[in-house]
Amino acid sequence: MRNVQKALVYGLLLVGCVISLLPMVWMVSASLMETGAANQYPPKLFPERVTFEHYRALFTRLNLGRYLLNSAFIATTVTVLSLLINSMAGYAFAKLRFRGRDRTFRFLTLGLVIPVQVSMLPLFLLMREMGLINTYWGVIIPGMASIFGIFLIRQYALSIPDDLIDAARMDGAGEFRIYWSVILPVVRPILATLAIWTFLSTWNDFMWPLIVLSDDSMFTLPVALANLSGERVQDTELMMAGSVLTTLPVMLVFVLLQRYYVEGITMGSVKG
Amino acid sequence: MSRAGWYFVAPALVLIGIFFFIPVAGSLLLSLTDFDIYAIADRGNARFVGLRNYADMFGNSVFWIAVRNTFYFALVGGPLTVAASLAAALLINARVVRYKSFFRTIFFIPFVTTLVAVAIVWRYLYHPQYGMLNYALGWFGVAPIDWLGDPRTAMPAIIMLAIWKNFGYNMLIFIAGMQTIPSELYEAAELDGAGAIRQFRHITLPMLAPTFLFVGVITMIGYFQLFAEPYVMTAGGPLRSTTSLVLLMYEEGFRWWRMGAAASVAFILFAIILVWTLVQFRLQREAA
Repeated sequence: MRNVQKALVYGLLLVGCVISLLPMVWMVSASLMETGAANQYPPKLFPERVTFEHYRALFTRLNLGRYLLNSAFIATTVTVLSLLINSMAGYAFAKLRFRGRDRTFRFLTLGLVIPVQVSMLPLFLLMREMGLINTYWGVIIPGMASIFGIFLIRQYALSIPDDLIDAARMDGAGEFRIYWSVILPVVRPILATLAIWTFLSTWNDFMWPLIVLSDDSMFTLPVALANLSGERVQDTELMMAGSVLTTLPVMLVFVLLQRYYVEGITMGSVKG
Repeated sequence: MSRAGWYFVAPALVLIGIFFFIPVAGSLLLSLTDFDIYAIADRGNARFVGLRNYADMFGNSVFWIAVRNTFYFALVGGPLTVAASLAAALLINARVVRYKSFFRTIFFIPFVTTLVAVAIVWRYLYHPQYGMLNYALGWFGVAPIDWLGDPRTAMPAIIMLAIWKNFGYNMLIFIAGMQTIPSELYEAAELDGAGAIRQFRHITLPMLAPTFLFVGVITMIGYFQLFAEPYVMTAGGPLRSTTSLVLLMYEEGFRWWRMGAAASVAFILFAIILVWTLVQFRLQREAA
């Protein structure tokens, strides 16, 4: 009985693994097939002859290197800046006493239920006034502070003992100095989580970059890929190579750093 | 002392205020004007029209189709995603399973992929002739289905992609929730002779109630904002069967530059999400 149950559970888990991974395996495999080989009946799971011609075409003719750099630059900049800004705010909301603190924080959390699309039309007009349409900063600036990020860091910082901060103050450390050399080292685990979360979601973001970037040379990978799929829908293998280059970097980031990511994500939800 | 706090939160508050809260308020104003492509050239061309954009939307059949499609996606896709997440979490959390973190990682991978890229991949998996899905269904004697080309199956196809992409996130939260349930409860139930199903119904489910609320609210808020999947896979077709409210807003606002009308769609979506979230909190409180 116990063995039957065990076999059943493992069987279902295996089915789950196949379903989770098969689309990604087929994507990588089709990207290595010769032109036309992915459109066959019956479909092939693995290439008969491996070719890198689609990757070469993407980099030489279709400017993919440029999109890769655009995406990497935007995602890295947003991650670094938002980490600094959100951690300062999250720490202050948790540990510094100032007038109107709790009321301000409550007002901020109300924003969590407002869908971001509601802000997009006026934001576009605002960016236009500021001359930021079709610039990196047009994508970066709205991502530089996030309510979710502030919320996550505040929840974590609440558990820092006040004694730690008071002791530093006693030693004559200034407020910024305390934040930088006492608080930041303590909240490092949640910073790591937020860094990965921000990098992944900025890299994967589609709608706002689609709206604010109009010139081909400024596109991020998802925007470029969606654009390319409109023109090259027949080139299955080429589209798969483009999909691999778009999504593989973030999958690698996750697999390498998941230790820091998974714990923090669930922590935020259970505590919140 | 009192100043330092404000200095620390000021950068975030200024950014969120200028680039989020003010635009949200601006969106409400925008929805009361006839702001269009002429107004983009010269703002003087925009006029206050009261609630006319809303009235026009309520009289527009495409709007109602988008409302229906959005609810279809959220009300069918949302619960199915939560169910898949719960099933995966139960399997991984089962006592007989070893290598839990391995399975957890595999199941979580779809969630971290780039939506646009996997939507393109799935478009080929759904290919009526060469797609993997129809091939696999063929083993069970199912005739080929034109998943994305048939108005009846296009939305189910998008829902299947969404479940695949998103179940891993909720699964993590369910697993974390399950680990907070004291194991003494299960041991006591076992002594009383309760089987696995009764333990699930009388211990796991009630103890997970707060997790359910969190997962349900987050999932539904996200699903009401359906956009990239239909944009990439179907362009809202066939026959408008996958046009969502956000896609309609995008088309009105950024393709036809009818920004006043688009803002009214955005606000209607906001109202739907707000009401739905409140309803979920109310239902939860009554159930408890």
